[in-house]
Amino acid sequence: MIISRHKRPAKLRLDYELIRALIPDGAKVLDLGCGDGQLLADLIGFKGCEGRGIEIDEAAVLECIRRGVAVYHGDMLEGMGFYRDGHFDVVILSQTLQQTMDPPRVIREMLRVGRRAIISFPNFGHWGVRLQLLWAGRMPRSPALPHHWYNTPNVHLCTVKDFEEFCEREKLQTVEEIFLTPRYRPISGLLANWRAGLAIFQLQRLPQQP
Amino acid sequence: MSIDDAVPIAEGSQFGGANSVGLVRTQFFTFAQPPNELELDCGQRLGPITLAYETCGALSPGRDNAVLILHALSGDAHVAGYHAPEDRKPGWWDLFIGPGKAIDTTKYFVVCANIIGGCKGSTGPSSVNPATGRPFGLGFPMVTISDMVRTQKVLMDHLGIPRWLSMTGGSMGGFQVLEWAVRYPGQVASAMPIATAARLSAQGIAFNEVGRQAIMADPNWQGGDYYDRDAPRSGLAIARMIGHITYLSDEQMHAKFGRRLQGRDRFGYDFKTEFEVESYLRYQGDSFVRRFDANSYLYITKSMDYFDLTSGRGSLVEAFERVRAEFLVLSISSDWLFPTYQAKEIVKALKANGVPTTFLELQSPYGHDAFFLASAQMSATIAGFLENVQRRVRGAAAAEGQRP
Repeated sequence: MIISRHKRPAKLRLDYELIRALIPDGAKVLDLGCGDGQLLADLIGFKGCEGRGIEIDEAAVLECIRRGVAVYHGDMLEGMGFYRDGHFDVVILSQTLQQTMDPPRVIREMLRVGRRAIISFPNFGHWGVRLQLLWAGRMPRSPALPHHWYNTPNVHLCTVKDFEEFCEREKLQTVEEIFLTPRYRPISGLLANWRAGLAIFQLQRLPQQP
Repeated sequence: MSIDDAVPIAEGSQFGGANSVGLVRTQFFTFAQPPNELELDCGQRLGPITLAYETCGALSPGRDNAVLILHALSGDAHVAGYHAPEDRKPGWWDLFIGPGKAIDTTKYFVVCANIIGGCKGSTGPSSVNPATGRPFGLGFPMVTISDMVRTQKVLMDHLGIPRWLSMTGGSMGGFQVLEWAVRYPGQVASAMPIATAARLSAQGIAFNEVGRQAIMADPNWQGGDYYDRDAPRSGLAIARMIGHITYLSDEQMHAKFGRRLQGRDRFGYDFKTEFEVESYLRYQGDSFVRRFDANSYLYITKSMDYFDLTSGRGSLVEAFERVRAEFLVLSISSDWLFPTYQAKEIVKALKANGVPTTFLELQSPYGHDAFFLASAQMSATIAGFLENVQRRVRGAAAAEGQRP
């Protein structure tokens, strides 16, 4: 599937750029909450990927169709349920995990339909977040967490530490982890739970022990 | 509102303005001359068969831009434009077909044929039976969706079209789209079924049966042999009224009619038409009997009842195994005759086969008939999908041509 080899899409969000770099050429990719399909169109057009999307917002779905991205309009768990085991090489969930009603089920389903999962999420353990709660006594807000308490779609926020512990319990292996400041500057993994505003994990199931 | 309501002609031209296809004429193609009749699913043979069809736009030199439009229960070949300058309204899907519209006739060659069993120029129960010299009536063989599609394939070959760039249709038109993609996978590059299902539900069969019973209970029906006397008008009108209720939504009926009375302030305490919604339904019924044949209504609804894409093909997943088209599946949020879950069954089976499939549930309060109505979302969706399909098809053809 070729979208266009002439026009490079507008600059992608930096976490998109980093996620894009993790995806091998020609991979079969599913993007959950794919929005207007920018990342998928880019992967299809420039990396020869086979891309599919799931998106709940009608206007965003229309934009995907305009871009030529095959997209499912609806809930991500329902949409993933349509695929056979291991259909995809990679399933992407970019900054949406914290908005899902049942994150463990979403992640399990991602690793059922895909060999690997790439998940990015805002780190609630970032020092700025902690300080806002500790000193100001206010619900934290940041570029990664722009909402007020009363209108936030984020129902399952977590910290890097929480997520790592979750992966261990679910027997998920971290293939790659990338940390960014709240302003999307890449940083090392040193004290990531204090320093990272955004974390990107690439996961796969641990090989079954004999 | 529905295809029976006049669509105002846009200003600027007597034929509907710069984005109208203008004047079109119905053409006829006759084939399956005895002894080469078409063998139907029911086991009987039918021939000669005539299909009435219309085209808009021009077939490209590469013959790669043809789009087939499949009509629903009461539709016909007159899909866009006008037959005569004095026509009150254009073809039934004129809102979506024309220069600059969703299916842009400056880019695509549009074909629409009346189904067999119909009464709009194609062979049906009101046609003359060559064996008797009289109208077929109930002597017409039962036809199925796949029979309709097989006749359309003969027309396709006659028009010199090697493969459809795309095809679309709502409701029963969607049945034909699905049947095409499964029966002739190599001839369908893309498919856009709208407000449809892989099989008619029990509820759909039930409404069809009530409609048929209304027709057959009309004393004028005479076992289908009424062509030289009064037609079963009241039966057909009731069938249409019932059908029409299923094409609307509760919300839309409330908004459009509420409990308002028609031309009076208080109840008359009698059985005359009082409520606006009654008056509207009567108008729909009355205008329908002027343009439709009761026996055709019986045959076509029966073909819908028989439709089940899985029959003889195992499961729906297995039915789609040979499909090579990419799909755009559209459903309408307020459609309770073909609810969204039925479209999702199609999507699920397509995805299980790895078929590139886009699904969109259009948010609309207008019920099943919403696919006849102007919708910026639906137009943008169809236009965007077609454009990308054409780019891919032409890209693949170019790559094929370069291969040593």
